[in-house]
Amino acid sequence: MRSPARVRAAKWTALVILVVVAVLLPVFETDPATVNVAVFTAMYVGLATAWNIMGGYTGYVSLGHAAFFGFGAYAFGLVLAHLGIQAGYEPFVFVPVAGALTVVLALVIGWIALRTRAATFVIVTIAMMFMIQLLAENLVGLTGGGSGLSFPVPPWSGDFFDTPFYYAMLVMALVSLAISWWIRRSKFGLGLLAIRDDEDKALAVGVPAHAYKLTAFMISAGLVGMIGAIYGYYVTYIYPQYAIDPLVGISLVLMVFLGGLGTLWGPVLGAVILEPAQLWLAYNFGASRLYLVFYAAVFLVVILLLPRGIVPSVGDLVKRMTARRAIGPSDTASTSSDTHTVAGVQSP
Amino acid sequence: MTLVLEAVVFGILTGGVYALMASGLTLIFGVMRIINVGHGALVILGAYLSFALLRSANIDPFVSLVITMPAMFLLGVVLQIVFIRPLKDDREALSVLVTYAIALGIEGLLGYLFTNNFVQLNAWYETASFAVFGFHIAYVYLFGFGLCLAILAAIFVVLYRTTFGSAVRATMLNRTAAQLVGVNVDRVSAIAFGIGVSTAAAGGVIFGMTNAFNPGSHYDLISRLLTIIVLGGLGSLRGAVIAAVAMLIIEDVTAVVISPVWASFAFFLLLVVVLVVRPQGLYGIRVRERI
Repeated sequence: MRSPARVRAAKWTALVILVVVAVLLPVFETDPATVNVAVFTAMYVGLATAWNIMGGYTGYVSLGHAAFFGFGAYAFGLVLAHLGIQAGYEPFVFVPVAGALTVVLALVIGWIALRTRAATFVIVTIAMMFMIQLLAENLVGLTGGGSGLSFPVPPWSGDFFDTPFYYAMLVMALVSLAISWWIRRSKFGLGLLAIRDDEDKALAVGVPAHAYKLTAFMISAGLVGMIGAIYGYYVTYIYPQYAIDPLVGISLVLMVFLGGLGTLWGPVLGAVILEPAQLWLAYNFGASRLYLVFYAAVFLVVILLLPRGIVPSVGDLVKRMTARRAIGPSDTASTSSDTHTVAGVQSP
Repeated sequence: MTLVLEAVVFGILTGGVYALMASGLTLIFGVMRIINVGHGALVILGAYLSFALLRSANIDPFVSLVITMPAMFLLGVVLQIVFIRPLKDDREALSVLVTYAIALGIEGLLGYLFTNNFVQLNAWYETASFAVFGFHIAYVYLFGFGLCLAILAAIFVVLYRTTFGSAVRATMLNRTAAQLVGVNVDRVSAIAFGIGVSTAAAGGVIFGMTNAFNPGSHYDLISRLLTIIVLGGLGSLRGAVIAAVAMLIIEDVTAVVISPVWASFAFFLLLVVVLVVRPQGLYGIRVRERI
């Protein structure tokens, strides 16, 4: 029998080990190419976790989160330019400003898009993404249009260049995870899950569905916007098709589905598995465009073989094994409780 | 004024093509409750098939439809059986991912075979034109519009005048009930998907003659098609046709009156306005299911 206290201790130990390994990574692995992969992996951990707050907990699948990612990058670049911030560590202080601006955009978009549900919502988010992309292209005076927007270039040497960005992305990933964890445990989070399971019933029992959905959307978008801001500074130059890339929006959704929709650790797992794979495919087959075919194949295999994601599937397996070992019928009953809530807090 | 009139006429003519492509998409949604994000890529695939036939065997793009439409129908049936049918739970969300993957696969494959350079389907009627009210319209727009009307009419006849059409409409209304009264919904779904994909081939030919395209063109196309079917009301054929023509007229008029760079924006802006006033679209019913 596993006592709850021991399980909790084991989970915390695992978490601490994971964070320590993540923090020390650039110290042991100094190869810039590897750190570069780590920057993008940490970025997608944050993105997928933030998306999951809306797509996983609330059940509203947004395919337009690339809009918030790109908007955050543009907002950040413009803020830096207008305030005349010098390159270096100082710009990182202004990342939350980009996040706040993205939240305002999410308020407007969410207010309209959340009038729709299910399939219509998915489509509306796609349309919104292309609207933002068109705006970035057409408002030439503000964004530079198709010729792009450049950021101040940090004065760091090639070997060290990626490291500050890795830590910035790691901080954002941890912040996203902390918020996701907190929401999961809060009354607000319960309300979101109720909306996912049955919105009309949730409304009937007094969940302020519209306010909750909009808040979740804004939190999710704000985090994505902040990550987009760091990304813009990292690549130092953005243009509309590159900053607001539909592929980014769909990649993070796939990561969440692979790891486990609506679970705390699923998005992390999905990002850690898929992003290095995606980078490897793009690096090796990018020139011939065949990497898209391989990526599509990965996509199809994941969805057709693991439609529920890794974390819930493994959670089920563990539960089935413990249930078999249990003697009394009371144990079996307690282990077969709601899969979603239990699977959500499985250790990594 | 003449310019605006010209824009309206072009809007109607090009709207016909979008109506055809969007009706395939909305038919698929109506029957299977799935969003086929790969529809744009299938249109581009259809255009490339005709392009390959034109280049290798010098077959006229319109004539090539005799080959490409049945081929694309079969492809649609296979795609439905292999990728869509296995989806059981959470169909709407998972189908978006699956069809997106299909789109990526097609884009990658076309990029590999044809490179990313822009191409266009060429034929004599593309440059030859006739005059109406003092402005010139290339024959291709007229032929394309006629073809779209013919195919749309055929779809309506099949849906409203045949036993198979009744089965399709029954499946659209209530899948379980249709199954209970003896409709083979799996077969209906596969055939409906095939029909949707073969209309994409026809749309692709006309799109490919009136626009330069490359494997990445499907993003722009699918965002427009999805906007159209939401505007018309998901699953409504009539709504899709009306929305397509209305959208294209507004886009073309905006291009003339304001600026071409804002034309697409007007397109999406109309969607926002309609959603604020009528979230279910023109002919839609309010969605009460959860995703």
